Amino acid sequence: MTVTPRPVAPTERAFRRTASIETRQGVGAIARITRMCFRYRWRAGLAFAATVPAVLMQLSIPVILGRAVDTTLEMAGDSPDARALVFIALTLLAASVLRGLFTLVQNYSAESVGHALAQDMRKAIYEKILRLPFSFHDRTHSGDLITVGMLDLEGVRMYFSTALVRTLLLTLLIAIGAWMLLSTNLVLGLLALSFVPFAAWRSSVMRLALRRTWLMLQEKLGVLSQVMEENLAGIRVVRAFAARDHEMAKFDRASKDALELSHRRIDLRVRNTSAMTLAFFVAMGLVLLYGGQQVAAGEITVGTLATFLTFMTILQMPVRQLGLMVNAYARASTCGTRLFQLLDMPNEIDDAPDARDLEITDGTLRLENVGFAYRGGGDRPAVSGISFEAKRGETVGILGAPGAGKTTLMHLLPRFYDVTEGAITIDGQDIRDATLASVRQAVAIVQQDGFLFTTTIENNIAYAAPFTEDQRIRGVADSAQLHDYVLGLPQQYRTVVGERGVSLSGGQRQRLSIARTLMMEPAVLILDDSTAAIDAGTESRMREALKTYAKDRVTLIVAHRLASLKHADRILFMDNGRIVEQGTHAELLALGGRYKALHDLQMNDAPPPAEAAR
Amino acid sequence: MTTPHTTEPRDPHDDGRPRMRAVVGSTRIEEEMFGRVFDGRVVQRIWAFVRPYRRRVWIAVAAVLVFTLSQLSIPLLIGLAIDRGMVADAPAGLLYGIVALFALAIVINYIASLVQERVTAQMAENVLFDIRRKMFSHLQRVSLSFMDKTEVGRLMSRLQGDVNAMQEFLETSIQSVGDIALLIGIIAVMLWLDWQLAGLVLMVLPILFGVRVLWLAKARAAFMAAHEANSLTNGALAEAIHGVRTVQATGRERLNADLYGKLAGRTYQAQLRASRLAQIMIPIVDSLTGIAMATVVVAGGLMVVSGRIEVGVMVAFLFYIQRFFDPIRSLTMQYSVMQRAMASGHRLTEVLDVEVDVTDAADAVPLGPDDDGSVEFRNVSFGYDPAQPVLKDVSFRVKSGERVALVGPTGSGKSSSIALIHRFYDVQAGAVLVGGRDVRSVTQESLGRHIAMVLQEPYLFTGTVMENIRYSSHWASDDDVIEAAKAVGAHDFITAMPEGYATRLEERGSNLSLGQRQLLSFARALVADAKILVLDEATANIDSYTEMQIQKALERLLEGRTGLVIAHRLATIRTADRIVVLQQGSKIEEGDHGTLMARGGLYAKLYDLNYASFDDLPEALTDADRAAAT
Repeated sequence: MTVTPRPVAPTERAFRRTASIETRQGVGAIARITRMCFRYRWRAGLAFAATVPAVLMQLSIPVILGRAVDTTLEMAGDSPDARALVFIALTLLAASVLRGLFTLVQNYSAESVGHALAQDMRKAIYEKILRLPFSFHDRTHSGDLITVGMLDLEGVRMYFSTALVRTLLLTLLIAIGAWMLLSTNLVLGLLALSFVPFAAWRSSVMRLALRRTWLMLQEKLGVLSQVMEENLAGIRVVRAFAARDHEMAKFDRASKDALELSHRRIDLRVRNTSAMTLAFFVAMGLVLLYGGQQVAAGEITVGTLATFLTFMTILQMPVRQLGLMVNAYARASTCGTRLFQLLDMPNEIDDAPDARDLEITDGTLRLENVGFAYRGGGDRPAVSGISFEAKRGETVGILGAPGAGKTTLMHLLPRFYDVTEGAITIDGQDIRDATLASVRQAVAIVQQDGFLFTTTIENNIAYAAPFTEDQRIRGVADSAQLHDYVLGLPQQYRTVVGERGVSLSGGQRQRLSIARTLMMEPAVLILDDSTAAIDAGTESRMREALKTYAKDRVTLIVAHRLASLKHADRILFMDNGRIVEQGTHAELLALGGRYKALHDLQMNDAPPPAEAAR
Repeated sequence: MTTPHTTEPRDPHDDGRPRMRAVVGSTRIEEEMFGRVFDGRVVQRIWAFVRPYRRRVWIAVAAVLVFTLSQLSIPLLIGLAIDRGMVADAPAGLLYGIVALFALAIVINYIASLVQERVTAQMAENVLFDIRRKMFSHLQRVSLSFMDKTEVGRLMSRLQGDVNAMQEFLETSIQSVGDIALLIGIIAVMLWLDWQLAGLVLMVLPILFGVRVLWLAKARAAFMAAHEANSLTNGALAEAIHGVRTVQATGRERLNADLYGKLAGRTYQAQLRASRLAQIMIPIVDSLTGIAMATVVVAGGLMVVSGRIEVGVMVAFLFYIQRFFDPIRSLTMQYSVMQRAMASGHRLTEVLDVEVDVTDAADAVPLGPDDDGSVEFRNVSFGYDPAQPVLKDVSFRVKSGERVALVGPTGSGKSSSIALIHRFYDVQAGAVLVGGRDVRSVTQESLGRHIAMVLQEPYLFTGTVMENIRYSSHWASDDDVIEAAKAVGAHDFITAMPEGYATRLEERGSNLSLGQRQLLSFARALVADAKILVLDEATANIDSYTEMQIQKALERLLEGRTGLVIAHRLATIRTADRIVVLQQGSKIEEGDHGTLMARGGLYAKLYDLNYASFDDLPEALTDADRAAAT
C-alpha cells in the first residue's frame, strides 16, 4: 500500500525572470518585434517622419539665439533696429512652437504603435494560454505566466518609442549637431562634444547594471514578500509555536538582504549620474575658457559661443538618457524572447485536420486498453491496460489509494491529455478524431478543486452556458443542494463570490462546481472526488436529486467515501494505474479483497484504525 | 421551490429575456488612491519614523540648497565671463579666474548632488524598511480575530504598496525643497540682474503654472483611467491563468477570448487618451518657453543696445528660462504624490493602531519544565463579541498525561476552547490554567513552548523539509528532526524525495499530498517536545490510507504527553481517556466512551448513527430527527 506521488515533469524555467537570455535568441526577438511594429505602417512612419523636423527645430534654437546675441552686439552704439530683433524673436518663437508640435506628433505616434502592439500581443497571449494543454500548465508556474503577460508585454510595448525612435532621434541630434559645431569651429566643437562619449558610455553601463541589480532586487523582494505572506497566512501556526522571534529573524534576514541591494543600487545610480553631470560641466568649462579666449582674440563672436553653450544644454538630457535606449533594447530582447517562446509553443492537444463534431447516439463510453504516461514520468505509466464500457444511464464508481491513477484516468476522457496507448471512444468515435469543443461538451468533469471566478453565483453556475435562463440556473443549483444556501445570501444569485467576494466553504465550493457542470448536460458526467468536503447527509440528498439526471448519461464517480459510490452499477478498484477489482458493491464484498478491507475500515464495527494499521 | 423571493434584488434592465452572463476578470473595488493633500496626524506618525534619521534629513536638505546655489551660479558665471573676461581690454588672467570660479562651482555641484541624492534615497529606503518592520512585528501581536477578519492580500498591500508610497513621498519631498529653492533662486537672480526684463519674462510663469494645474486635473483622471483599465485587463489574464483548467473543461475559450479582446481594446483606448494628454503639455511648454525667450531677444536686445544691460546678462536670462519648467513640473507632481502618500499613510496608521489585546502581564513568569502538563478550565465564559458568548461557564480538567477528546457539533465552541488554552484570546470570566497556573500570569513565549499545537489544516512554509520540521525549535539537532520524522512515519517518503531532508517545499508544500503535509506538521509538533499537545483533527474526508498513517503517527505523538484533541473521528474518540461533549458553548456530558454510552445522552445518540466521522453528525442528526417526526 505504497503511496507514490504523481510524477511531475520538471518545472518550466523558460518563463522565469532572469537576466540570462541567449544572444542569438535575443537578436531574433528584436528583429521580430521590429517587424511587428511596422505592421502599423502609418503610425510608425509618422513617428519617424516627425522626428526629423523635430530634431531640426531643436537644433535651430541655439543658432537663432546666437544670431540674436550677435545682432544685438552689432547694433550696440548704432541706432537700435527693433524690427530686426522682432524678426529674430518671431523665428525663435516659431522654431519653439514647431519643435513642440513635431515632438508631440513623434511621441504620440510612437506610443500609439506601442499600445497597438500591446493590444494585439495581449490577445495573442490570452488565446494561447487558454489553448495550451494541461501538460503545459502542469509544469509552468502561474506566477511566471502572469509576469510574461504583464511585465514582458510592457518591455515589448516600450520598444518602439524608447528604443527605435530614440535611436533615430539621438543619431540625428548628435550627427547633425556635431557637423554644425565642428564645421563652425573644430576645436571648440570637439570640446563641446567631449562629454558625449563619456556620458553615453556611463549611461549605458549604468542602465545595464541597474537592470541586472533590479532583477536581483526583485528576487530578494520576492523572498521578503513570501516570508511576510506565509507568516500572515499561517499566523495560527506562528502563534501556536510562539515563534514570533523566529519569524522576526526570518523577516530581518530577508529584509536586510533586500535593503543592502537597494542601497547598492542607489549608490550605483548616484555615482554615475553625478559623474555624468560633472563631465558635462567640465566640457562646458573648457568651452567657456577656450571660447572666451577666441572671443577676446576676435576669432569668434559672443553669439557663436552662446550657440555652443546652448547646444550643449540641449544635448545634455538626450545623451544622459542614452542608457534608457540601450536598456530598452536589452529589455526587449529578454522580454521578447520569453513572449515568443510562449506564443510559439505547440498546442499539443488540438483538433485533428479532418476533425468532425462528435455525434452522440447511444451515449456509450468505451475505453480499450487505455494507457497513459506523463511526460518526464519515466517509463512508469500512470495508468495502463484500462478497459471498460459504460452505457447511458449507468453509474461507475472508481476507488483506489492516492496515486493509483484515478484522476489521471478521468482527465483522459475530456482529452485534457491524450492517451499514449489504446483508445477512448464515444459511440464508436475515437475522441482524438472529434473536435475538441464537441468532446468537452460531451464529457464534463467536476474537478477536485474547481476554480471559482470572481463574479456572481449565477455567472459561475452558468459559466458553460452563459445565455441560459434563470430557471435552469436555479434548477441545477437545487439539484446540487445549493439553492437554499444561496437564498440565504444577501444578494442571492447575484452575490459575488471568489477571491474578492464572499468566501465559500469547501463544501459550498464543491456544490457550486457540481451545479456548474450539471449545467452542461453532458453525455458523460465525471465527479472527480468532488464531494469530499460535502457532509454525508447533504451528499445523500444530492444523490437522490441526481437520480433522474443520471438516467440520460454515463456517470463516473471517483470518491474515497464508500457511501458515495456503493450504489454504482459497477465499481472499479484501481491500484498502481490498473484496475485490480471490479464488480457491484455486493460482488466486491463477497470477493473479500481490497474493497472489502476498505469497507471494513470505514465502518463503525471495525477495530480502531490505529490498531488495524499495526 | 424557485418562487421569487420578495427581497430578491431586481435587475433594472430585466426584460425577461435571457441575458448574457459572461464576463472575464472582475470589476474590482479599488482602494481610495488619493487622500487630502496634508493630514497633520499622518505626517506626525510618519515623522516618528523619520526622526531617527533627522540628522541625515538636515544634511540632505543642506546639500540640496548648496546644489541649487551652484546650479544658479553657472549661468551667472557664464554671463560674467562674457561681459568681463572676453572683452578686448580685459586684464590678463581674469577669464582664467572666472573659469576657476566656474570649476569650483561644478565641483561643489558634483559633491552636493552626490551627497543629496544618496542620503535622500537611502534614508527614504531605510524609513520604508523600518515602517514595514514595525507593521510586520505589530501584526505578530494583534489579536487573532483581527487577523481572521482581514484578508492576507489586504495586509500585503499595506506592507508593500502603501509603504512604497511613503518612500516616494519622502524622497520627492526633499527634492521639492530643492525645486522651490531653485524657482525662488531663478526669480531672485533675474530680478537682481534686471528687474524690468525679469518682470516681462516672469509673466509667463503664472501662465505656465495655471496651465499646468488645469492640465493636471484632467490628465490625472486620464492616467487613473488608463491604470485602472490596464489592471482590469491584467486581472482578467491572471484569472485565465489560474482558472485555465475550468475554462477548458467548460469550453469557454473562444467566448472568453472575445470578451478579453474587448477589455484589451478598452485599455488601448484609455492608454491612447492618457498618452495624448501627457504629450499635449510638450508644445504648450515649448511655446511658453519660446515666448519668454523671444521677449528676452526683443526687450533684452534693446536694453543691450541702449547700454542698460550687458550682453552677458541677456545670455544668462536665456539660460535661466530653459530651466524654468523643471521645478514647476516636479512641484505640481508633488501634489499628487502627497495626496497618494496621505491616503497610504492613513491606511498604515490604521494597521499600526490595531489594538494588541493579549500582552504579558508585568509580573508574568515563565512556565518551566517543572510545571506539569495539566490543563484546567474553571468556569470559563468567552465570546469574540462579549455580548455573544461562544463558551458559557465551561469547566473541565485534564490531568497531566491524560488524553481527552473534545467533541460536539459545529459551533459548539471546541475551536475556541483550544484557542483559549494557548491564550490567543483572554477569557471574559473564569480562568484557564495550564500547569496549574493561570495563562494570564505566565509569559506567552513559555506558554507556547509548553504547548504544541497541530492545526486542522497542515500549514507548511517554503523552505527545506528540515527547516519545516524544526521550525522554531532551534535547539533541535538534525538528528532530532530525523528522529521525529521517523517516529511519525514520515522518514520514508522524505528520503524518497530527490534531496531528502534538503528538498525544498515549493509553494507551501503543494508538491506533497495532504497526508504527507499532515505528517510533517506532526513531526514539527514532536520536535517542539512540549508537555501538552493540542490537536485539531482534520475534518476533510481524507482517504482511508492516509487516515491510517495519521492515526499511527498520532499515537506516537501523544505518548507521554497530555493530549487534548478536537476529535472528529470515532477511532480517536474511542481511544481517549475521557470525552468532553460540548453543545452550543456549554459542556453537556463528560466521561469515557463506556460511561457516555451507558448514559444514553447526546453522545450515545450520535454514536449510534454509525458514521465514521462525527462531522457528519449535525446533518445526520437532523435527518434522524426528521425521521423520528414522521
